[in-house]
Amino acid sequence: MARRIGKIPPTAAFGIAVVTTYSVAVLFAPVIAPYGQTEVVGAPFLPWSGEHPFGTDNLGRDMLTRLIYGARNSVALALVTTLLAFLIGTAAGFVGSILKGWTDMAIGRSVDVLMAIPALIFALLLLTITGPSLVATVLVVALIEGTRVYRLTRAVAGNLVVMEFVEAAQLRGESLWWIIRRELLPNATAPLAAELGLRFCFVFLFISALSFLGLGVRPPLAEWGSMVRENATLITYGDITPLLPAAAIAILTISVNFIVDWFLHMTSGLEE
Amino acid sequence: MHQLLGLILKRLGFGAITLLVISVIVFSAVEFLPGDLAQQVLGQSATEETVAAFRRELGLDQPSVTRYFIWLADVAHGDFGNSLANGQAVSGLIAQRFANTLFLAGYAAAIAVPIALILGVLAALTRRSLFDRLINILSLGAISMPEFFIAYIMVTLFALKFGWFSPLANVTPEMPLGTRLWATLLPALTLNLVVVAHMMRMTRASILSPMASPYIEMADLKGITPLRVVIRHALPNALAPIINVVALTLAYLVVGVVIVEVVFVYPGLGQLMVDSVAKRDMTVVQACCLIFALTYILLNLTADILAIATNPRLLHPK
Repeated sequence: MARRIGKIPPTAAFGIAVVTTYSVAVLFAPVIAPYGQTEVVGAPFLPWSGEHPFGTDNLGRDMLTRLIYGARNSVALALVTTLLAFLIGTAAGFVGSILKGWTDMAIGRSVDVLMAIPALIFALLLLTITGPSLVATVLVVALIEGTRVYRLTRAVAGNLVVMEFVEAAQLRGESLWWIIRRELLPNATAPLAAELGLRFCFVFLFISALSFLGLGVRPPLAEWGSMVRENATLITYGDITPLLPAAAIAILTISVNFIVDWFLHMTSGLEE
Repeated sequence: MHQLLGLILKRLGFGAITLLVISVIVFSAVEFLPGDLAQQVLGQSATEETVAAFRRELGLDQPSVTRYFIWLADVAHGDFGNSLANGQAVSGLIAQRFANTLFLAGYAAAIAVPIALILGVLAALTRRSLFDRLINILSLGAISMPEFFIAYIMVTLFALKFGWFSPLANVTPEMPLGTRLWATLLPALTLNLVVVAHMMRMTRASILSPMASPYIEMADLKGITPLRVVIRHALPNALAPIINVVALTLAYLVVGVVIVEVVFVYPGLGQLMVDSVAKRDMTVVQACCLIFALTYILLNLTADILAIATNPRLLHPK
């Protein structure tokens, strides 16, 4: 294991460096950021200067500060949503694969229908019902991405439940939860961990897209997607400041992808 | 042939059921709206009689199952009801916009499909070369970047720095085709950047996988020319996945236009839908959702059926 970690590919090293930097921003945002998240510090749309490295936004808040707090809000939100999606998806997948019969059928067919509607369109429909709010966004995205997690879990678990050791556990009369925790989960760790990384990327992009459309995170909270939306007018004047939060999103998702690739490569036991 | 027909019919039946279930979901979205619809539209100052009359007019006094079938029959005739925000007929609002969205998606596809297929075949032929790696990196970038990022980079570069295009893709119905194609080139190219790399990778994979199978080796050993090997033996087996890629991309484009439409302020269905969600104008959202879902499902259905119909194994059953 130590030998393997010794030769991290450059892409994965880049990914780990970026994720570490972002984590620092997430954890220490109030310490690093020069101003407050919602603090108005000057005139709107000030140009880049020593005092405000990336200028100010549409309401006169410091852009750098909001970028740092944006890391905190965006990443935390995406993490919570991803975990929730996993909770829904893996639970449905494992329970369906063990119980089989009509429970499995019912879950499978419902997911088929949910996945037949394009994700963004379905999210827009659901958000019209609930009205745009932070909680609604998290729940809606978790439900939609959860269907994708379910598909993978069901496929992985489908191959596991036919194994003798699962059958033996069932014959011993172990409970559903015990079988999931002790027999299925340990054997499904690698694919689920890789899926966790990829799903985080999709969730992250999904939430930022909704925020960009003005339907995700509500102002005045700093979130990268909505920051692009709020300052988009600057672009027509040739100012690239609004692209910074968008670039921050892109860099993080690419990095996570790199790490997942490396992880998959390691767990599959392939050598270069 | 009998087996093939059975499979296609089964797939068609499943598609029809999916559509029906989705129409139920879309319809019941209104049921879940908090509060009374009539009260909400008329406002708090409306008298009880007015609200009751309005409820009758909307058919809200009927049981929901009856209303579903009335709604479904209306929708089948192209009547989506009236907008909750301004009372206009929804079908009038969406007709032109849907045409615009289809135009943009079709335009993007017309550029993307040939580029992706040609480059995908090239990548398959030059396996493990620099070009092959470049495609891998590009497709990773394309799926990792938010669409609005790509769109704004395009705007910054081509509309503002070089000044070739307008940053807004404003089209009107009476615009001549040439002007219209020029005005929508930037959003179409943005959509291309989002889908081409992915399509290319799928094409490459679908050509490479039959090329590695024993019957290709056999054909090679028989001394058939390489061109004949590819066209006669590899291509029929790669056709189904390639058709699938094309159809899935088209389906993706119809939906993916939402963000691009918002960035370029293009008068399409996606833009209307996003505006209506903010206003919580449920009837308009319903209509847009139904149209998007319908297009998406029909394209997927077509892909599946074409894939079944061109599968050599099913065409020549034992």
